[in-house]
Amino acid sequence: MSKIPTTLFDKVWDSHVVRKIEDGPDVFFIDRHFIHEVTSPVAFLGLENRGLKVMFPEKTFATADHNTPTINQHLPVQDPLSANQLKALETNSAKYGISHWGLGNPKNGIVHVVGPENGITLPGMTIVCGDSHTSTHGAFGAIAFGIGTSEVEMVLSSQCIMQPKPKKMRINVNGKLGKGVMPKDVVLYIISQLTAAGATGYFVEFAGEVFRNMSMEGRMTVCNMSIEMGARGGMIAPDETTFDYIKGRDKAPKGEAWDKALAYWKTLKTDEGAQFDIEYNYNAADIEPMITYGTNPGMGMGITKHIPVAAETGGSKASYEKSLQYMGFHEEEEMLGKKVDYVFIGSCTNGRIEDFRAFASIVKGRKKADHVTAWIVPGSHIVEQQIKEEGILDILTEAGFQLRQPGCSACLAMNDDKIPAGKYAVSTSNRNFEGRQGPGSRTMLASPLVAAAAAVTGVVTDPRVLLAD
Amino acid sequence: MPIENVDTDQIIPARFLKATERKGFGDNLFRDWRYNADDTPKQDFVLNNPIYSGKILVGGKNFGSGSSREHAAWAIYDYGFRCVVSSFFADIFKNNSLNIGILPVTVSAGFLDKIFTAIEADPNTELEVNLPEQKITILATGESESFDINSYKKHNLTNGFDDIDYLQAMKSDIQSFAAKSLY
Repeated sequence: MSKIPTTLFDKVWDSHVVRKIEDGPDVFFIDRHFIHEVTSPVAFLGLENRGLKVMFPEKTFATADHNTPTINQHLPVQDPLSANQLKALETNSAKYGISHWGLGNPKNGIVHVVGPENGITLPGMTIVCGDSHTSTHGAFGAIAFGIGTSEVEMVLSSQCIMQPKPKKMRINVNGKLGKGVMPKDVVLYIISQLTAAGATGYFVEFAGEVFRNMSMEGRMTVCNMSIEMGARGGMIAPDETTFDYIKGRDKAPKGEAWDKALAYWKTLKTDEGAQFDIEYNYNAADIEPMITYGTNPGMGMGITKHIPVAAETGGSKASYEKSLQYMGFHEEEEMLGKKVDYVFIGSCTNGRIEDFRAFASIVKGRKKADHVTAWIVPGSHIVEQQIKEEGILDILTEAGFQLRQPGCSACLAMNDDKIPAGKYAVSTSNRNFEGRQGPGSRTMLASPLVAAAAAVTGVVTDPRVLLAD
Repeated sequence: MPIENVDTDQIIPARFLKATERKGFGDNLFRDWRYNADDTPKQDFVLNNPIYSGKILVGGKNFGSGSSREHAAWAIYDYGFRCVVSSFFADIFKNNSLNIGILPVTVSAGFLDKIFTAIEADPNTELEVNLPEQKITILATGESESFDINSYKKHNLTNGFDDIDYLQAMKSDIQSFAAKSLY
């Protein structure tokens, strides 16, 4: 009997459909649900108003991250509104029997960092969270995406959401990445090619040599930013790199359960000849360290390039000009040498141990530029601990940097880590929207290496000139 | 609002997401485009111009990109809009809107241009959105276009049902599905 070749995405999606509604969405079962303090309170309120219970409390995990301060976490949170949301998360979790890693808990950190590092995220799962960067978990061969608060309420009360099945896109990147080119550069390059809306309506599978050779941390960075090209999510087929990463983690399956899971995980790949709605191919050799110059993540380019003129970009001229005006940049200008006021390394995009290793590789033996304010924010306490154990903290301290405590921090500036109006930040986070890092802030997205190069030189700098051979 | 890529951070900046109840988000809709740093209104922003009124918000391509925050849809609803028209919506924003009773109407790029041209010619131009007939009409010119919505969502919007009602009614199916789950 011949079997119809199937994509990884179809395998995972189809095995989670509880019911198909004619001319409507699928009733879609959720294996893991993450919640945080900002998008969950109204969902819990909804449950109460309807008199509903949490159907499977053991499938939901709470962590506080969006609002949390990144210094003095042992003290009470100063902002009363933030404190109120953090308290609500704690109270709601306790009331419904949900695991809660609040501020001060050694497992606390950014939701998309702590899920994988504790073995909660596994291949073949469906994972949702009221946060668009839930796509991060796709790095494990899971279908993971962000949902709204009404959907958080659906998952809490029924472990399901209603989802129309997205179309399928595959993005292949083959060849070898050059020196100083990081996973962040790969994804910024793809988004610059596809635009910020280029994958809307699609679920993406990243495939090819570049992703096969990438670490789990790197794969998470890539899948994290799937949403920045409009995709519902992105995923990478699990392989030995994935299994090695998961094995032995706190909540990962053990013993017989591991063997059973592993046998299943090995079937999670796209069959030869399976069809996608659309496919793109890129060459690793075309990718250099990237930087963004505008106000959406699609406005990125190789760091040595000049800002394109509006006509080359294909979008609306007025919107493009509004964007450059906000940034204080001009068409055909070079980015190299532009003054940088702030550097932020952290976030669910680049807040993992490899990111800090990369940052330290450039900072080592150099000094922070005097005029630069740098915020170095680990993605979790576990990452913070690794930074200390590996001697990275010593390198940072010697170069004049301070390490902060875990949280989302300046990525969305809900806490006090705000870039002041008009100031320029090189940031390893995921969005360069107007005011994203504080009202009036101007964000240039880049990799940890580009961030490090900016932090020590005080200007936009090609990290390749600072890297040892 | 003929601007492309209107993202959810513009619709409602993150610093206004700190409420634990769904109230008052309309006050901060498009906060940083609508108000100066000293909280005085920016005169050239469309919502501050009394000549424009109504329950339909018309935006440029890729409306609602970025964050999954349902607060963006809440802010639009709380301000008084019940329908958003664009040539292209971000997925999560579209789902969130449908879930809270805002109708996202996707029109062709050509028709969107016609709407903007009509509004530019006469700011009092009226738009009519007819959900049962799935049709949007520029009343002044009579030009119209039909739009898509799946019949499940259409039924919900028309009758005031929501997904939670639907899911509660199929709990036993979900229970038996969960019993077979690997995780």
